[in-house]
Amino acid sequence: MSSLSRDDVAKLAGLARIEMTEEELVSLSSQFGMILDAVARVQEVDLSGVKATSHPQPLENVARPDVVLPSLSPEDALSGAPAKEDSRFRVPQILGEAE
Amino acid sequence: MIRQSAAQMAAALSEGSTTSVELTQAHLDQIAAVDNNVKAFLHVDAEGALAQAKSVDAQRKSGEKLSPLAGIPLALKDVLAQRGVPTTAGSKILQGWRPPYDSTVVTKLKDAGLVILGKTNMDEFAMGSSTENSGYGPTFNPWDLTRTPGGSSGGSAAAVSAFQAPLAVGSDTGGSIRQPAALTGIVGVRPTYGAVSRFGLIAYSSSLDQAGPFGRTVLDTALLHEVMAGHDPKDATSINAPVPAVVAAAKSGDVKGMKIGVIKQLQGEGYQKGVQARFDESLQVLASLGAEIVEVDCPNFEYALAAYYLIAPSECSSNLARFDAMRYGLRTGDIDGASAEAVMSATRDAGFGREVKRRIILGTYALSSGYYDAYYGSAQKIRTLIIQDYAKAFTQADVLVSPTAPTTAYKIGEKVDDPMAMYLGDVATIPVNLAGICGMSLPAGLADEDNLPVGFQIMAPAMQDQRLYQAGAALEAALLSQWGAPILSKAPALAGSK
Repeated sequence: MSSLSRDDVAKLAGLARIEMTEEELVSLSSQFGMILDAVARVQEVDLSGVKATSHPQPLENVARPDVVLPSLSPEDALSGAPAKEDSRFRVPQILGEAE
Repeated sequence: MIRQSAAQMAAALSEGSTTSVELTQAHLDQIAAVDNNVKAFLHVDAEGALAQAKSVDAQRKSGEKLSPLAGIPLALKDVLAQRGVPTTAGSKILQGWRPPYDSTVVTKLKDAGLVILGKTNMDEFAMGSSTENSGYGPTFNPWDLTRTPGGSSGGSAAAVSAFQAPLAVGSDTGGSIRQPAALTGIVGVRPTYGAVSRFGLIAYSSSLDQAGPFGRTVLDTALLHEVMAGHDPKDATSINAPVPAVVAAAKSGDVKGMKIGVIKQLQGEGYQKGVQARFDESLQVLASLGAEIVEVDCPNFEYALAAYYLIAPSECSSNLARFDAMRYGLRTGDIDGASAEAVMSATRDAGFGREVKRRIILGTYALSSGYYDAYYGSAQKIRTLIIQDYAKAFTQADVLVSPTAPTTAYKIGEKVDDPMAMYLGDVATIPVNLAGICGMSLPAGLADEDNLPVGFQIMAPAMQDQRLYQAGAALEAALLSQWGAPILSKAPALAGSK
């Protein structure tokens, strides 16, 4: 039986930038054992020599000609912004006070 | 009028016996009458729909050459961006967002003169199989309002089943078109991966996602398929090849001499009795029409569900990183001095529902160093084995078949607290997504034990989508003559329905 402790889930939630309540952490950690057991079935098969498939289409480096095409106007690009200032997105501070 | 097929409505429009404005208004009236109970729509754009209808009517009047579905109303899954119209993907994190651009699918629908009635409910970011994971409450199955319509495209399927729209667009990452089509008694197709542009389709799992059509008949579904599909330079994974002749195939509907492979692993144990019975009968019907039925072995399908629930969450944990509270969508906790990281974490907590959080955490775990090879890496190799199983099976058969879902529609709330039980409902649809091929679900009748619709799944190789329609149309015609009336005529009447 696999398991993931409450602290493991808290660490993953931190990496994924999701705040979680104590109740959510505990409930997720209790569900994870069952889910991990189910997905771990991929390890039952002998996979030596099998190539990985990341994508169903065998495409490589699809690029368009390097020419300027019309794109969103600054007004459109900013139309959904939670906060803006002039023609820029306004964001919370990304560096600490001391930096 | 609203109970006709889209093809019949199109004929009425072209001979002038009705107008698009009339047709659109009739569907808006039906939405007003039944959607209080069904809750298929998150947003109804009556104004935009009537304006488009009016413009198509004017074009028709002036003798302009119009595309076959011009003036036909349609419901759009809320996962596709439509300029100026609220688009949420069923998530609170996008509440109130109005995209500044159209997805390519929407551009194609508009260019073909289709009338978009509104945006339909879905499991948040298409993660789910019952539409119960929507941030805005569940959709209810028109066959029985205590049951789910399936998901994630449950709103689109319910809208077509309840005659709120003759056609709808959905998206299918692990069965999200085919399974709700099965549970609501309609037709749904997941086209070949890369056949329909993903530009403007809000991403869940990029290597599996594909938009596709819903209709009440195989021909209607083909007509919409042809509008949506085609190469798009804005999507790097779009296939640069002609669209398969799906409409012609739906009109021919012939299975004489066709080899139909029954997948041994996708039937029997775990499948509801009435589901298996309708499936077996449909096979007999196909055989009586001259098809050759063979059994094929796909031994690695047993591991498809496990591989899917590693690959999809892994890709989603990366895709959903874009919801960072900075450029669009929700922002909470932005008080003086709060760091960007704190604002991001608070916003993602407030904006994402339980299932989305569960999958992001699972994906973050599966991709973390130390576990990557054991989980994500192994899942990608299973994916190769499933592709090989299909390749071998398609040397023995032209199309492959199975029941679409192991059960008929289940009760709202029945599986919400048991994610694994919910995931098992996708066992027969997921292999198609992993291999990037195409699949259809069409009604095979009602299960004896609960009188609810059963779906019959047909699968074909990549870019052979026309085979789905050829076999589907043949089965549909034969079953219709057995039943004497379309399956939806057996659904209990909804209160207020026209």
